[in-house]
Amino acid sequence: MHEATQQVISALSEGFSDVDFSPSPLMDRADGAVGAEQIYVRVPADRLLEVMRFLRNSEACAFEQLCDLTCVDYLNFPKATDRYGVVYSLLSLSRNHRIWVKCFVNDPSPEVPSVTGVWAGAEWMEREVWDMFGVRFSDHPDLRRILTWEAFEAHPLRKDYPLRGRGEREDYEVLTRESR
Amino acid sequence: MSWIDNKFEEGLIVTSLDWAINWGRQNSIWPMTFGLACCAIEMMAVGASRFDIDRFGAGAFRASPRQSDLMIVAGTVTYKMASRLKRLYNQMPDPKYVIAMGACTIGGGPYFKHGYHVVKGVDLVVPVDVYVPGCPPRPEALIEGLMRLQDKIRHQTRAKDPISRVKEEVLN
Repeated sequence: MHEATQQVISALSEGFSDVDFSPSPLMDRADGAVGAEQIYVRVPADRLLEVMRFLRNSEACAFEQLCDLTCVDYLNFPKATDRYGVVYSLLSLSRNHRIWVKCFVNDPSPEVPSVTGVWAGAEWMEREVWDMFGVRFSDHPDLRRILTWEAFEAHPLRKDYPLRGRGEREDYEVLTRESR
Repeated sequence: MSWIDNKFEEGLIVTSLDWAINWGRQNSIWPMTFGLACCAIEMMAVGASRFDIDRFGAGAFRASPRQSDLMIVAGTVTYKMASRLKRLYNQMPDPKYVIAMGACTIGGGPYFKHGYHVVKGVDLVVPVDVYVPGCPPRPEALIEGLMRLQDKIRHQTRAKDPISRVKEEVLN
C-alpha cells in the first residue's frame, strides 16, 4: 500500500472509529500478487455522507475531485454478499493520491445518500446510476432518468435484465408529411 | 421573328418560375449540424476539403434548425433522442428535407432486434426523403444521397399535381 493511501486510511479510522472500513485491493491479480496501488474502503450507506465530507475536507485526505461514480451489480458474483456496490473514485490533486469508496446496498429499494452537496459534479453521474441500476439517491436535487426516456420502467444494466431486452417501445407520435 | 424576339437587353434569362425556384433550392441546401454517432464522422469528412460538400452548395452547416433546409440524421437515434429530433424537425422552416444516413437511422441497424433503446428507423418519427445505406456510409455515398435529393427538388412543381386535379374533378 502506498504511504499516502496508508495515511488516508489511518486518518479515516481515527475519525470514524466505529466504522469497519476493511481496506482491500480493488482487484485480485491473476498471478496472486497483492495490488499495491488501488485500495478501496467499504462505507455503510448511513455513514456515507459524513465519511465523504471528511474525505473532501480533512487536511490528510483533501480529495477535491470525484473522478467517477458508478455502480456494480453483484448478482451471482462469486463470494458476493451484497447486490449493488456504488463505487466512488476519488482523486486528490493537491496531495496526489487516490482512493475508491464502495457503498453496498440491497434490494428492495436500494438507496444511498447523494453526494451532490460534497461534489457538485456527482449530479449527472448519480442520475445515470439511477437510470441504469435503479439505485435511488436520497436528497438528490433532480433525480430523473438521464439516458433512457421518461416512460421507461426497467433498469437495463441490472444483471437480471434480459440480454435481449423486454421489447420496450416508446409510444411517440409519428410525424408524416401530411400531419405536420 | 415572333413578337417576343429582339425585345430584351443582353443578360436577361427567360425561364419558368418552377425551374428558377428549384434551381435556387437545389443549390443551397443548408444542412443542420446534427451528428448523433459514428456516421457524424463521415458527415464531417463530407464537409471537409477532400470530399467538400460545398461544391453542391450544401456546405453551410447551420447550428440552428431555423436556418437549415436539410436534416442529415447521422447516427443511432435513441428513444430519448427521438422526441428531441421531432422537435428540431418541427422547428425547421419549409421546405425541409431529411436524409436518413446509415443503417441505424434507416432501420435500427445492429440494434434492430434486441436493442431496448434504439428507434427502429427514423422514418417512424419524421418523414424521410433519401435513405443512404452503409455502416457508416462512405462520404461518396452521402454525396450521392445529396444529389438524389437535388434530383427530387429539381422535379418539384408549384402547380397542382395531376392526381389531386383528377380527384377534384371526380369529386365535383
